[in-house]
Amino acid sequence: MTASDTDPLVRVRGLNVTFAQKRLLGPTRSVRAVHDIDFDIGRGETLGLVGESGSGKSTTGRALLRLVPVESGSVQLAGQELTKLRGGELRKLRAAMQMVFQDPYSSLDPSTTVGASITEPFRVHQGLSRNQAWPRVLELLELVGLPASHANRYPYEFSGGQRQRIAIARALALHPKLIVCDEAVSALDVSTQNQVINLLEELRAEFELSYLFIAHDLAVVRHIAHRVAVMYLGRLVEVGPAERVYERPAHPYTEALLSAIPVPNPQRAGERERIVLHGDLPDPADPPAGCPFQNRCGYAMDICRESMPPMTEVADGGTVACHLQTTGPRLAGAVLRDANLSVGSGQ
Amino acid sequence: MRTGQPNQPTGGTASELLRISELRVDFATEHGWANVLGGVSLDIHDGEIVGLVGESGSGKTVTGLSILGLVPSPPGRTSGGHIWLHDEDLTEVAEPRLRQIRGNEISMIFQEPMTSLNPAFTVGDQISETFRRHRRASRKQGTQRAVEVLDLVGIPNAATRVHAYPHEFSGGMRQRAMIAMALCCDPRLIIADEPTTALDVTVQSQILDLLRSMRAEIGTGILFITHDLGVVAELCDRVVVMYGGEVVETAPVHDLFQLPRHPYTEGLLSAMPQLGSRTAKLASIPGHTPEPWAMPNGCRFGPRCTYHQESCSESPVALESAGTERQARCARLAELNLRGAS
Repeated sequence: MTASDTDPLVRVRGLNVTFAQKRLLGPTRSVRAVHDIDFDIGRGETLGLVGESGSGKSTTGRALLRLVPVESGSVQLAGQELTKLRGGELRKLRAAMQMVFQDPYSSLDPSTTVGASITEPFRVHQGLSRNQAWPRVLELLELVGLPASHANRYPYEFSGGQRQRIAIARALALHPKLIVCDEAVSALDVSTQNQVINLLEELRAEFELSYLFIAHDLAVVRHIAHRVAVMYLGRLVEVGPAERVYERPAHPYTEALLSAIPVPNPQRAGERERIVLHGDLPDPADPPAGCPFQNRCGYAMDICRESMPPMTEVADGGTVACHLQTTGPRLAGAVLRDANLSVGSGQ
Repeated sequence: MRTGQPNQPTGGTASELLRISELRVDFATEHGWANVLGGVSLDIHDGEIVGLVGESGSGKTVTGLSILGLVPSPPGRTSGGHIWLHDEDLTEVAEPRLRQIRGNEISMIFQEPMTSLNPAFTVGDQISETFRRHRRASRKQGTQRAVEVLDLVGIPNAATRVHAYPHEFSGGMRQRAMIAMALCCDPRLIIADEPTTALDVTVQSQILDLLRSMRAEIGTGILFITHDLGVVAELCDRVVVMYGGEVVETAPVHDLFQLPRHPYTEGLLSAMPQLGSRTAKLASIPGHTPEPWAMPNGCRFGPRCTYHQESCSESPVALESAGTERQARCARLAELNLRGAS
């Protein structure tokens, strides 16, 4: 990523998103879904965003597109500050940033043909009529590997994978710079999943697209992402080049997440060492003091219960928020594997 | 024993729990009767975990539902075959007997713990319902049993949590509660339909650990329906691969991964995501599963198969022996050398 180092397409600093949780009895609580997040996405780069459900990854994606209110912080697209935009300006921005959702069954209007669905962005943003937009629709369908003749069909006539292609065609209509893929392949069978990932990858190379690829399936992210960001309870705990993060995780949570992935080989599945995380993700409205992961972490020290660790650099690239890097055994930039630490059971 | 029960398989033991033979299920569609299961045979032994895998539309869920007589009718109908639970044919027993079996001798765990629990009743009430009904137990005994099984599946403070409502449980705890419910009457067989698909990997690995220990401690047989071969590799003893409503391959788990004998299995294995590296292009099986009203002639996988020959489409292919304890449905079984998991 030569260009990304100097001039990232997306630049997020100190992003905070807070939701009010109204309750039937008792006072309204505020839940901080995204907590002081910093990250960049380079031009033509795919950033994978992983974490358990409830970690705030979807909210982060939506906050980039201003689909949820941003409480504070800065989001820049190609140098332009987005958090202050309103009305028409905001609409213009949405042409440059598109989203592909998880469920291809509910993201297409069942009562209109897929061709008509794809004309919609042209009608809304460019004021074209349906007839004027039609040739573009046919082009887009062929671009995503569907015959142009399918434009007159209805969503129910397509399989899940084909519907996801249609959703991608619609997202591409206005030549966006960034596409946020929120669990875009999670509902598909593995073979279909691979076809859609291959398509996304071809399109990225052809149009120099950037993706924020949100997924809970780490194996899938490994295939598509250049860099990976790991979220836990609204915070980024580790960011780095995909290869370094997957092979030499620096945060205990990343290490546990990776070790939970089923090994698709019965022989090796028996051999490897697995870290089983106990308990569940804590209530985001009532996060533990100090490091959010401390109550499930096998390496937790006293300081972890007292203060949130700062983001520190990791030697082979990326950053991590863990006290092991600064206090106690002092990994100081080294990855977990290099440390001679005993893994306790996290509870 | 009734007449007509098939013989034990060679090398089989008396511990055979369930045997499905040549099960056919059709669904009424606007295109006429569509054959959804085209003669499915499989068996499960005591304490064995059998993985039933295939893409969506392969018929794995319908197979699971058929065992308990839960295929909705209409539009479904069973048009042939037998399901033997020991010496009883479940396709022939009357509804009252099926009700005795459901939740008692055979229980089921579904994919969505959110929608399978009633939000208006406590978790304990719902867990003990089958127990109270099948064992004619009192409410108090029921609650006691619910505490026992919640404890068994690793819910902390089970005695308090038994009075909680589903919304007070996290996703992983709800799935544990579903498993507790399935275990309540000490069933001999559990049918688990994608029980971990909706869960995070960390919770999934907890649930897989739990199922492994259930099998070890209680000796329950498990039919594990999934599309995730990674989970199969971690959990199952034997695998049954389905495609287009037919069993295309069955083998012990190690053998299947090492040396698949059906091209579809090979395709599934090669499409599995690997953690190794960021690859240029991911493998996939071209095309998609056929609609049940438009099944191809001959081999149903033919149109998507890389090894397809004209002769494959001429007549239906039989499931044949493909080595010790394994079978495959491929016309080119003898000549093909397929690639296993890396």
